[in-house]
This record gives sequence, structure tokens and C-alpha cells, in this order.
Amino acid sequence: MEMLETFAAHYNYFITIFLMISGLFIVIARGNLIKKLVGLSLFQTSVYLLYLTPAKILGGTAPIYDESYKLYSNPLPHVLMLTAIVVGVATLSLGLALVVRIKEAYGTVEEDEIFAKDPEAE
Amino acid sequence: MIGTPSAEAFVMAVLLTLLAAVTIAIARQRNMFGVVILASIYSFLMASLMIVLDAVDVAMTEASVGAGISTVILLTTLYLTGSMEYPQRRSVAIPLFVSIVVGAALVWGTIGLPAFGISDAPIHQHVAPTYIDFSRKHDMPPNIVTAVLADFRGFDTLGETTVVFTAGIGVLLLLQGGWRIGGSRRDEETEGDDEI
Repeated sequence: MEMLETFAAHYNYFITIFLMISGLFIVIARGNLIKKLVGLSLFQTSVYLLYLTPAKILGGTAPIYDESYKLYSNPLPHVLMLTAIVVGVATLSLGLALVVRIKEAYGTVEEDEIFAKDPEAE
Repeated sequence: MIGTPSAEAFVMAVLLTLLAAVTIAIARQRNMFGVVILASIYSFLMASLMIVLDAVDVAMTEASVGAGISTVILLTTLYLTGSMEYPQRRSVAIPLFVSIVVGAALVWGTIGLPAFGISDAPIHQHVAPTYIDFSRKHDMPPNIVTAVLADFRGFDTLGETTVVFTAGIGVLLLLQGGWRIGGSRRDEETEGDDEI
């Protein structure tokens, strides 16, 4: 019973970790470069969740000041994650631009075929 | 009643489970168009979850940037590279092993964290009350996230703007640079426009 309560109290963290390792798995296991970048953005998004989960107070409200509320969630992780989202899309678009260049140079976005065409890359 | 702690926890559990399901679908899907659309669904679910987690500003940014701009630039890239399906050739044993080991280590580290949603966790004791009280005392914007972003941590935002600017220059140079020998030029300006 106690274990079940621990599981329920940490369910958010467990799902966050699941999303994180799924992103890691896609980055390592899949050869398509665009799919790798999607996996990378899954990983980034799970980090947002990792920061936002402890900021939440059950029964609290969003950190917008009002006379009728006393309990606010923690605003600091929200600010940090706003920055992280924008930086995340910047890195994603830079990576995709590199993929477009690789496609022009090698004619494919599959990692195995790129290695086959360019033995020095391995 | 909507807004009670147990209702919040229930909605959150449902959204988290849906997120996990969409993630599995992304990992298994081979059609790249499907992957991009699933990633967009994932971002919308994540934005909904962020609203339940009281991070309304982050939710708005995630819905517009994560589900909007990211999907557009991913689809643009698919159009430019023209790769819709990819074959499964590799063995997944080693990646699966690495992921499970990392996941087990993270779960082990997570057990010691304070339970979700309690108000006396260490994270709510020091910096956050100072921000909330100080911004109220000095008539900063009523949205405390805005106050922290612009008034307390303005240099962070300046650094973020620098990163976005640098990435924008990088994308423009990569896609429009005529310095590349033998690179075939197509209508690539659309991708650069999304970034800037």
C-alpha cells in the first residue's frame, strides 16, 4: 500500500522519465536524421515537464497576483522553461537546416547510407 | 468541483498517460509525415498538461512554438528532403539497453524527491516567496512570471534573444550561402523565414 502511494505521488516523474528515455532511444536507435531530431525535441520537452512538475502546488493557482488567492505555484521554473522552449526551437531549426544541407550533399538523410558513401565519417 | 486537488491530479494522470501513448506511437511510426503530426499532437497534449500544472505562460508558448512553428519547419524539411518512409535495418538491442539503464538510474534518483504537489517542498521555501512578495510590494506586473522574466532576470532573456539571433544567422547561412561548391539551390528561403 505504501509503495502504491509512493508510485501515485511520483507518477508525474515516472512519466517524465519515460518520455525522456523514449527520446534518448529514438536518438540512438533510429537512422533517419529528421526522426533523430524529433526524438531530441521529445527529450527537450520532457525536461520542461521535469522542471514544471515540482513547481506545481495542488490547490494553488497560476502565479498571477489577485487579492482572492494566497497560494501560488512557483513562478521561477516557468520563466526558465519559457527560455528553454525558445532555445529548443532555435536548435531544432538549425539541426533541420543541417539535414537539408546533408541531403543536398549526400542525396539521403539515412545515417547508414551516409556512412556508406563517406567511409571517413565513421 | 473543478479545481479541487483530486480533480487536478486526475486530469493530470489522464494527460500524462496519453503523452506516454503518443510517445510510443512516435517511436514505432515509420512514415515521417505521421511522425511529424504525432509530434504536433504531443506538443498540444504537453501544452494542456502545462495549463493543469499552472504554467499558463509556458503552455501558451508551447502551443504556439512547439505545436505551431516546430511542425511547420519539420514539414518544410520533409518537403525539401522528400523522405517520407524509412526502412528498419538496425538492431535495437543496444539502444534499448542504454535507455533502460538510464531510466532505471533516473527512477532511482526520483524516489527521494518530495511527493508531487505539496506546498512545503524545499523548492517553494526560498526564492519563489521572495519573488512573489517583492513583485507585489514594488508594483511590478500582476503576472509574476512576467515580473521575473523582465524585471528580475532580464539578462537571461537578453541571452535567450542572442541564442535565437545566432541560430537564425546559422540557418540563413546554411540554407542560402552561395559558398558551397556544387550545392544545388532550390526554394529554401521559406525555411529561413520561419526562423526569423
